Amino acid sequence: MADEGLVPWRQLALGMAMPEAGSSKRFNTGDWRGKRYPVTDREKCIKCGLCWIVCPDMAYLPDEQAEGFYKWDSYYCKGCGICIAECPKQAIEWREEKEEDKYGPACGS
Amino acid sequence: MSLAADALKNFEKITPKNIPLVEPLSKGHRGCQGCGEVLALRMVAKAVGSSMIAVSATGCMEIITSPYPQTAWEVPWIHVAFENTAAVASGIEAGRKALIRKGRMADDGAKVVAYAGDGATADIGMQALSGALERGHDFTYICLDNEAYMNTGIQRSSSTPWGAGTTTSPAGKKSKGQMTWKKNMAAIAAAHNIPYVATASPAFHLDLMNKVKKAITEAITVPGPAYVHIFSPCPTGWRCAPEDSLETARLVVNTRVFPLYEVIDGRYVLSRDVKKPKPVEDYLNIHRRFRHLKPEDIAVIQKRVGQDWDRLMALVKATNPEASAE
Amino acid sequence: MARRVGLEVSLACAEAAKLANVDVIAAYPITPQTHIVEHLAELVADGHLDAEFVPVESEHSAMSACVGSSAAGARTFTSSSSQGLALMHEILFIASAMRLPIVMAVANRALSGPLNIWNDHSDIMAERDIGWVQTFAENGQEVLDLTLHAFKVAEDARVCLPVIVNMDGFLLTHVIEPLLMPDQAEVDAYLPAFAPQQRLDISKPISMGMVGMPEVYTEAKKATLEALLGSYEVVKEHWAGMAEQFGRSYKPIETYRAEDAEVLFVTMGSLGETCMTAIDEMREQGLKVGSVRIRLWRPFPVEDFLAAIKGAGGLIVIDRALSPGVPAGPVATELMGLLYAKGLKVPVHNFVAGLGGRDVTREDFKKMLQKAKDAFAAGGEMTCEMVGVKE
Repeated sequence: MADEGLVPWRQLALGMAMPEAGSSKRFNTGDWRGKRYPVTDREKCIKCGLCWIVCPDMAYLPDEQAEGFYKWDSYYCKGCGICIAECPKQAIEWREEKEEDKYGPACGS
Repeated sequence: MSLAADALKNFEKITPKNIPLVEPLSKGHRGCQGCGEVLALRMVAKAVGSSMIAVSATGCMEIITSPYPQTAWEVPWIHVAFENTAAVASGIEAGRKALIRKGRMADDGAKVVAYAGDGATADIGMQALSGALERGHDFTYICLDNEAYMNTGIQRSSSTPWGAGTTTSPAGKKSKGQMTWKKNMAAIAAAHNIPYVATASPAFHLDLMNKVKKAITEAITVPGPAYVHIFSPCPTGWRCAPEDSLETARLVVNTRVFPLYEVIDGRYVLSRDVKKPKPVEDYLNIHRRFRHLKPEDIAVIQKRVGQDWDRLMALVKATNPEASAE
Repeated sequence: MARRVGLEVSLACAEAAKLANVDVIAAYPITPQTHIVEHLAELVADGHLDAEFVPVESEHSAMSACVGSSAAGARTFTSSSSQGLALMHEILFIASAMRLPIVMAVANRALSGPLNIWNDHSDIMAERDIGWVQTFAENGQEVLDLTLHAFKVAEDARVCLPVIVNMDGFLLTHVIEPLLMPDQAEVDAYLPAFAPQQRLDISKPISMGMVGMPEVYTEAKKATLEALLGSYEVVKEHWAGMAEQFGRSYKPIETYRAEDAEVLFVTMGSLGETCMTAIDEMREQGLKVGSVRIRLWRPFPVEDFLAAIKGAGGLIVIDRALSPGVPAGPVATELMGLLYAKGLKVPVHNFVAGLGGRDVTREDFKKMLQKAKDAFAAGGEMTCEMVGVKE
């Protein structure tokens, strides 16, 4: 990845400032996940949005296809399990994840 | 005089229905699994919104959001050093004030928000913070308290609670871990007679975001700083499961170990009256940092928690004379 | 039109900051810098200067607030000395690395211990590598002019670096001198309003002060180094502009009766004036002696210095600070390194004089010359000697 290579000194912005906001979005923190990932049972889900607000990694987003639901983002989820612990309806569960599944199409913007 | 109270009269609360969608702190940051500190910071950023100028102390939140070239900040952000966050924020506020007054810059309504860990606040940055609070700059200071120097490897700070084992306050034959009581930073901030002081926990996310929003509202309307002290669980440093991050942030409140309150113009307001507190061991048992404590040690903590709560209640009562007369 | 005034040099420095229409002054009191910041506080209090005066609780916070203010896009000034400068140490490197055009007047003073409030250069010699542009003033007029010049250089888009103007504590700061005070229109013509290259702005968010991993730290340092080296031409250009605007010209290295001199004194700051008087007296005695004064200390004007010493049979470098544990004082060490690098075998005799306010008199210069000449004649090695130590 270009980000991880060396930057010629002349190309650095003044004082090594970063003029691009939120450039960390390209960083795949989902890579850190262990062997499991959270899956929401939408039958049990009451659309409270707690999974969205309690996620330290912003791995849940309002689902544009299904109003009120939140979709999980494999690209950022580090697999901490806070969403599972906090869901008031126990609607989120661990599911086993195979290494090859983890590197699916990146949905990070 | 109740300037901050006046400013907050028509305060529009954040409710489950209008939680801001904006994420000034972006994805892709490098916080540990289950980091309660970055979660608290995310909530702070949401409550402040996009017109924030963020000022960071050196520490976990700085390194995980800014390894060049990856910044997790969608808003202007500056980090200078460890102990000087409040001073840097003072300078930004003063610079903007002068430029706006001299007509060289339009007032864009930006809010200066400084944030730092407990070491950068209660230890090395205490002098700069006290100076900035005393001088009355219009800014908001957020202390993200994870009760030790986590970035350098879990060394004790003056915010580490009694009995907690850290790498520089290890439990041993002659030690119960940290042998001193946690410094009360919110009380120290309040002693500066600033308009707004609050404590918060990410387990009570609406309360946390509303306090930050109040701090911002107050800082804009009333001259003077605001201070918000946020309990920020660190599963890595406290040696608890990442998924227990918020459970521990809830239990610390429900055991009265970390009471949630506001100090508005010097008036203490309890945010959550814990009428039936859970025993402190419910909280302590989650962390391996307290694992070495014996029942008699836990009794010492329980006693102290009770005393601290009573003192807080006395402050609430003393600063709200009209309420107690009713 | 400029006015001829008699003014304490500290006040002249403060007046320069006022003429520069600074937006923020963040400062903490320390002798002998106090008169500078007191006067600025007064100018703000009386409405003569529209600025925020931030009375911080320490020098560490002074420099930190300056970094914040400058990053917010405000023209920023501070002043310090000795222990205060030392307390700023950590942030000085960050200010230059972040390319913030802060201007600081340093009233040079000895470092503790023992506590000593009087003049020498130990404070600034401990800050040689901070990456700031640094100049040394010889007299009151120079303090005023160099302060205005400092803003011009610092804010130049080709530089974007902080600048220190050094002035000897008490010997300069507390002396009333006659000087020409330019009027506002003249200063405005020389120094336009600050137009920051980048700033903390919610409409264009940038991140400043990110972590420099091993993959980028070296490049970040190189970029700042090149900016400092590149500032040399800009420094000279703005001195030329100063000559045009105010009719006073400055050079990175000044010489006095150096053309045919066999031995040259090398000094910095106000000592240069005593040195010139001493040279006049020694010249009357037929001694072929002259002086070289370093005005631009960082970036060091290598070629100017070499041109200035050309033909000299020996150098007497006067240091006003110790560099304990190495063979010479800080200035002499640097100059000898430079001479060696250029393959020049000019003998150097080093004196450490005027520590902690100890006077350096014309007689001292004469004695130094004699000692150095003896040493040069003996062809011995470079020596370093502390002047006037009571045995």
